[in-house]
Amino acid sequence: MNITVENADNKTLISLKEERIDAHNSLELKDFLQKLLENGQHLLIVDLAAVRFIDSSGLGALLSGYKNANLRQGSLILTGLQPRVHSMFELTRLHRVFEIYSSLDEALAASREVNAHGANRH
Amino acid sequence: MAPTDIDLEVTVPTHTRYLALIGNIAELLVREIEEYAGDRETLAYHLNLVLTEALANAIEHSMCCSPKQKLRVHIHVEGESLCIQVYDQGTGFDLDAVPQPDFDQLDERGRGIFFIRTLMDSVNYHRDSNGNCLEMHMKLARHS
Repeated sequence: MNITVENADNKTLISLKEERIDAHNSLELKDFLQKLLENGQHLLIVDLAAVRFIDSSGLGALLSGYKNANLRQGSLILTGLQPRVHSMFELTRLHRVFEIYSSLDEALAASREVNAHGANRH
Repeated sequence: MAPTDIDLEVTVPTHTRYLALIGNIAELLVREIEEYAGDRETLAYHLNLVLTEALANAIEHSMCCSPKQKLRVHIHVEGESLCIQVYDQGTGFDLDAVPQPDFDQLDERGRGIFFIRTLMDSVNYHRDSNGNCLEMHMKLARHS
């Protein structure tokens, strides 16, 4: 799976460079997020701008990361969702669970707030 | 078959690496549906998703069996009727026993059949001489 990771100011930006997240690569994504969290990176921003298609297993992988981040008093927030990818979150009501930002700047600003307060929102 | 009808059959190995291939074929097929009155891009995504979920489900229920097993996909478009059949040779499952997801629970699994049920008009699962078959129907809006 093609993923780039940038660390800055205690935050980790994860850019998924895959057109599809499905049952072929979702387990790899889940494990990748888990390892970041285990390595102490607790403020994760996942950029989905390159992702054109996501299935139920892809949603499950992101949900796993979200839950594991929360367990560690961290956060996993999403940005860059294409409209049809966003509609999959809406269909499954997961748009009420995840914090979703339309731009990376907004996501970084939100992450800064979380960082400053050191708190988990949910 | 009428000139605008489409009948497509594809057989692939039982492996997740072929999900993208079948999903992309479904999207290309949508381009060929003449006189479609709905949003073509949305239909393309939905058929991609439905097939991806159906195949992933079939693969999951085939893992106990021979890796030489194949998955067979049959897509038939006739008039306003779209029918998708996904055949596998695995152990099968009870579609009626698959519950609706509880949206208040953050389970990581259990949304695949929900997508299929939501996006298609009807779904059934049966066994015939070709194996287990997940059969899905959708009524297409077409200009007359």
